Amino acid sequence: MSQSAQLVGVVSESRPGESRVAATPATVTQLRKLGYEVVVESGAGRGASFSDEAYAEAGAAVGERAAAWGADIVLAVNPPSAEEIGLMREGALLVALLAPATSPDLLQALAARGVTALAMDAVPRISRAQSLDVLSSMANIAGYRAVVEAAHRFGRFFTGQVTAAGKVPPARVLVVGAGVAGLAAIGAAGSLGAVVVATDPRPEVADQVRSLGGEYLAVDSAEAEVSSTGYAKEMSQDYNALAAALYARELPEVDIVITTALIPGRPAPRLITEEMVASMKPGSVVVDMAAAQGGNVAGTVPGEAVTTANQVTLIGYTDLAGRLPAQSSQLYGTNLVNLLKLLTPAKDGQAVLDFEDVVQRSITVVRDGELTWPPPPVQVSAAPAPAAAAPPPTPAAERKRPAGPGRLYTAVGAVAAGLFVLAGFAPAQLIGNLTVFVLSIVIGYYVIGHVHHALHTPLMSVTNAISGIIVVGALLQIGHAHTAVTVLSFVAILLASINVFGGFAVTRRMLSMFSKD
Amino acid sequence: MTASSAAQAAYIVAALLFILSLAGLSRHETSRHGVVSGIAGMAIALAATIALATRSIAATGVALLAVAMVVGAGIGLWRARRVEMTGMPELIALLHSFVGLAAVLVGWSGYLDVEAKGSGQHEIAHDLLGIHHAEVFIGIFIGAVTFTGSIVAFLKLSARIRSSPLMLPGRNYLNVGALAAFVGLTAAFVASPNVGLLTAVTVVALALGLHLVASIGGGDMPVVVSMLNSYSGWAAAASGFLLDNNLLIVTGALVGSSGAYLSYIMCAAMNRSFLSVIAGGFGMEAAGPDDRDYGEYREITAEETAELLKDASSVVITPGYGMAVAQAQYPVADLTRRLRERGVEVRFGIHPVAGRLPGHMNVLLAEAKVPYDIVLEMDEINDDLAATSVVLVIGANDTVNPAAAEDPGSPIAGMPVLRVWEAGQVVVFKRSMNTGYAGVQNPLFFRENSQMLFGDAKERVEDILKAL
Repeated sequence: MSQSAQLVGVVSESRPGESRVAATPATVTQLRKLGYEVVVESGAGRGASFSDEAYAEAGAAVGERAAAWGADIVLAVNPPSAEEIGLMREGALLVALLAPATSPDLLQALAARGVTALAMDAVPRISRAQSLDVLSSMANIAGYRAVVEAAHRFGRFFTGQVTAAGKVPPARVLVVGAGVAGLAAIGAAGSLGAVVVATDPRPEVADQVRSLGGEYLAVDSAEAEVSSTGYAKEMSQDYNALAAALYARELPEVDIVITTALIPGRPAPRLITEEMVASMKPGSVVVDMAAAQGGNVAGTVPGEAVTTANQVTLIGYTDLAGRLPAQSSQLYGTNLVNLLKLLTPAKDGQAVLDFEDVVQRSITVVRDGELTWPPPPVQVSAAPAPAAAAPPPTPAAERKRPAGPGRLYTAVGAVAAGLFVLAGFAPAQLIGNLTVFVLSIVIGYYVIGHVHHALHTPLMSVTNAISGIIVVGALLQIGHAHTAVTVLSFVAILLASINVFGGFAVTRRMLSMFSKD
Repeated sequence: MTASSAAQAAYIVAALLFILSLAGLSRHETSRHGVVSGIAGMAIALAATIALATRSIAATGVALLAVAMVVGAGIGLWRARRVEMTGMPELIALLHSFVGLAAVLVGWSGYLDVEAKGSGQHEIAHDLLGIHHAEVFIGIFIGAVTFTGSIVAFLKLSARIRSSPLMLPGRNYLNVGALAAFVGLTAAFVASPNVGLLTAVTVVALALGLHLVASIGGGDMPVVVSMLNSYSGWAAAASGFLLDNNLLIVTGALVGSSGAYLSYIMCAAMNRSFLSVIAGGFGMEAAGPDDRDYGEYREITAEETAELLKDASSVVITPGYGMAVAQAQYPVADLTRRLRERGVEVRFGIHPVAGRLPGHMNVLLAEAKVPYDIVLEMDEINDDLAATSVVLVIGANDTVNPAAAEDPGSPIAGMPVLRVWEAGQVVVFKRSMNTGYAGVQNPLFFRENSQMLFGDAKERVEDILKAL
């Protein structure tokens, strides 16, 4: 608490067309709860409909560009320009989407300025880091928006209807790749009423697809993929050929195609060829969510919507998440708050980087002017390693099986033989006792065989009381001959009486409590 | 009709009434009649025995008998009135120990009685003497094991000693050794009866009972308690053989076999063999620290939980021992009432081994006036959980652990559990992130649809009630 609280600067995005902002009034409040002072560049939230006054109300100072960039911690959405890097103080902390794998120059420039930079798009896919996973939250928004864009361009309903003016069939939507974006698209298209089918090389997502109301189309390939990083990897020739056959079969049937296939650090795989696009019905819409990385679909133009000769619209917008600026700012801002929670365990407004923490290590691309990219690989816990992926035995199979008939007969035979031998050599009195004993066991078993589970405790306390019947034995012994016998019997009677009376009384008390509605 | 034959007739009636009593107790509708039958049977048996006994003994004997019964009855009724429903497991374990001790005492008396009369006694034919001695031995052995076993169970249940399993080296050999010693001693005793051997077998049996239960962990207590219940029955039956008393044999066998069947139900509920429960603790395989990364859990406040419940259409509450410890059954019942008034469907899902006594949770909920027809068994509710909006897990841990169903390497793999994770939202009431009795980490807490509500279950439920 000796140092004064660090200042967090929220900057206005300079990239053309960017409408998102790295903090909303709601997340500013949360940042202040962590002990930070916050300065927001004037107009930073305009694109996302957050006014300067709203930020001020949440407790932030509204300042100039230089004040925001000169803060101890700078929160941004996009990578900074060279000029913006120059505005930063040495030793400051920058948090933004930096795309470290594809922008070595930027990392060099940041290192030269002597700052520490955290790339929010390098969060490892482990469950502990889910709350900071910007890519997931942005992909979720983008998937939703892709459906909205498609619906906007599509000249028909999504839902099927029977109207006075005739029957309208529902639109058929194909989602390629059931990652976060794909699942969001499946959900959004499904809730508009469309029939949704989806493909993905990872068979384990089939259940997720179904849970959102989609139908999972499997590619008939032996190559089932189990991802160890949580992301898809590039598939083999064999698989791709089979997948292409599937697309070729499906595309003439569908009205909307949404492709989401991305492989980290690589150009997007080309899944849909020009011939396939040409086979689609006029009026169909294709949204290529991988357009920025080269596109999954032949003919898409990044950032634009184009129409092919056969009247198929190819949408290649690269700012799908940014098209819902208020929503994406809110989610991105919350991701950043969660990051700062991680960096500020003491909630004292002092950010501390802990390189022992695999999450913090992974996202730090520059530390105090020193390049720390790429980080050591992180094994993602969410996906089991292939060795462990053998189908787990079902619980039912694990349960102890009832004894087979063979074992049962053996057991019954052994008991019968034992009894026979015992009875054969026993005197008459013992035989009588044994008969009573054996029959009583059987009766006891059948009598409580169907006891209601709720009555286990009362049953037990009654049997307890009844087993106090041993008092009868002691009663018959007391007062005879020996003093020692009398003393022992006295104690036995006393104990057994506690049982008899206590057991019945407590059972009555319990049963009186059970009541039906 | 002689006094003796009249007593025998009374015993038959009493035995039938006991059977009716147990049969009645298997259903709610007839359970109260069941207790009445049991009491009637006991009254008849006692009256007949006392009448028989007082004919042949002196006035001092009768006085002693009366004093012992009145004092015992007084203590029993006083305990029964005072006991908290959360303390039922302890009380029942303690009562079992009384039966065990009484069986030991009856055995000793039986031996001393015959010895005192020496070779001049006429009650037992000479050729039956060997069998009589063996019966004395068996009765004392079972009784002593029941006695110390129940005492240890009582101490564990009332938290007077640690409930973790005692792990002696070669504990299975100790148990087997004790049994072998018992067989050897019996043979020796039948050949030449003397007090030394009788003392020896008593000590061996006491030690065996002690060790047997000490090496069973707290999570297995429902099995232990019903197992001891069974033992106390066998002890009574052994005394019946010893005294040639059919009523004791019938009753003992009834209690013994019903207790054994209950234990079997409990074991089946944990997917474990009866022998493995008796022979050792549950936690032993999970002793090593588990450093797997389960991810992060999320917390929820009581107010947020209240919001969740308001919007829910159906709620299932799965209580465990933690609810008993926190005495949370009353606020839970209140919550149930309030939600039902709002039109939310509330039900309870009870795992067979929830709590420390078979049926423990049912008794607690009944105490708090939760109608028993919304309190369902695991098998009745499991298939409905997927369609449930919110599940409240109150003080349960191992019984809702998805690892049992999904992780073949887990120490509790294969144990049937309540599949609460299939529900829309799961709120887990817990004091801290510590593991349950089985010592197994619970992946449920890290699921995306689970949230943790930390603190004392009773206070948290009361907070929710306030927020509603």
